Amino acid sequence: MGFDLANLFSVALGAILVNNFIFSQFLGICPFMGVSKKIDTAAGMGIAVTFVMGLASAICWPINQFLLVNPAIYGEGGPNLAFMQTVVFILVIAALVQFIEMFLKKSMPSLYEALGIYLPLITTNCAVLGVVLQNTQNGYDFITSVVYGITGGLGFMLAIVIFASIRERLTFSECPKAFEGFPIALMTAGLVALSFMGFSGLKVF
Amino acid sequence: MNPKKQLMDGLFFQNPVTVQLLGMCSTMAITTTLFNGLGMGVSVLIILTLSNILIAALRKIIPNNIRIACFIVVIAGFVTIVDLMLQAFIPALSKSLGLFIPLIVVNCIILGRAEAFSYKNTIAASTLDGIFQGLGYTIILVIMCAIREFLGAGTIMGGLLEIGENGQLVFGLGTAAGIRILPEAFPALGMILPVGGFLTLACLIAAMQYILNKPKKDKKTEEVAK
Repeated sequence: MGFDLANLFSVALGAILVNNFIFSQFLGICPFMGVSKKIDTAAGMGIAVTFVMGLASAICWPINQFLLVNPAIYGEGGPNLAFMQTVVFILVIAALVQFIEMFLKKSMPSLYEALGIYLPLITTNCAVLGVVLQNTQNGYDFITSVVYGITGGLGFMLAIVIFASIRERLTFSECPKAFEGFPIALMTAGLVALSFMGFSGLKVF
Repeated sequence: MNPKKQLMDGLFFQNPVTVQLLGMCSTMAITTTLFNGLGMGVSVLIILTLSNILIAALRKIIPNNIRIACFIVVIAGFVTIVDLMLQAFIPALSKSLGLFIPLIVVNCIILGRAEAFSYKNTIAASTLDGIFQGLGYTIILVIMCAIREFLGAGTIMGGLLEIGENGQLVFGLGTAAGIRILPEAFPALGMILPVGGFLTLACLIAAMQYILNKPKKDKKTEEVAK
C-alpha cells in the first residue's frame, strides 16, 4: 500500500472538479434537486453527505477486501462473494446512516435538528452507493478510497451550495408558466454543468 | 382495482419521471443511445414488477418499523439477479450502463412504488402497477434517448440498427453505430454530454406541466376574470 501524495491530490481534484458527482456523473440528483431551495439546508446536506460518504468508503473497503473478495477466509476453496457487493454495501450504508442518526440525536442534538429529515434520506442517495462501488471497481487502496469518498462529498457540497444560491434568486424572477418550478431549476443545473465542463481538460500531474 | 386508470396513470398522469420527478439520475445519465435507454428501461421494468409482487405478497409479514430496510433488501436481491443476467447474456449493455445497473437499488422509483403502492395493495394490482410504471419510465427514457441522440450525434437507433454495405438495415446489439440522419459536422456534441441531459429533461417536464395544467389554468383565469 503505497502512500502517493501526488496521486491522492489528483484523485481529490478529479472528484471535486473534473468528475464532479452531480454535474458530470449524475449521481445524487434527487437530494440535489430536493434540498437546494435554501443555502443553509443545502450546506447542511452537503456536510452530512460528505461525512457519510467518507465513513462509508472507510467501512466498505475492509468489508469488501476481507469478507467478500477474499475466499481464503472461508477456508480451503472458499467462495468469492464479489457478486454480493451491491446487497452488502447498501445494507452497510443503511445501517451506518441509522447509527449516525442515533449518535447525533444523543450527543449533538443541535446538528441533528439542523439536518432533520435529510439524514435518513442519505441512504437512498445514489452518490453514497456510487462512491463505494467506484472504489471497488477502480481498485483503490484504503487511503485513496477514503480520500475519494470525502472529496466526492466535498464536490457534492460545492455543487449543491452553488446551485442553492442561484436558486434562491431564481424564485423572484419571472419565467414562462410551463417552466415554473422544477424545469427551470433543471435548466439552471444544466447551465452550471456546462460551466463545470470547463474543468474537463484539467490535469495536474 | 382499475387497470385502465393504472395504465393511464403510469404512462401519463402519474408518470414516474415527468410528474413524480423520481429516478432522475439514471434518466439523465444513460440516455445517450437508444440501446442504453431501452436496456435500462426494461431492466427497471422487470425489477420494479418483481419487487412489487414480492413486497405485496409479504406486506402483512413485514413489520412497519423496519419496512424500508426490508424493501431495500428485496430490491437489492432482484437488482443483483438482473445485473448477473445482463453480464452473462447481454455483456454489451452491462458494459455501457456500468455503474448504473447496481445503482437501480437506490432508484427512487422502485422504493417509492414499494412505499406508496405495493405495501398497501394486492398482488394483482401491484403487478399491474409495476408493469405500467415501468412502461412509463421506459417511454420517457426512449424519448430522451431519441432527442439527445438525434441532436447530439446525428443518428437514430444507435446500438440497435445500422445501414450495412449494401444499404440494408443490419441489426447489431450494442455494436451498431445507428442510422445517420444529420451529417457528421452538424450535431451539437453538448446534447450527449451531461448538459444535454439536464436541458432535455427540463424541456420534457415543462411540456408535461404545460399539457397537464392547460385546462385547469383556463378555468382559473376565467374565475379571476369574473
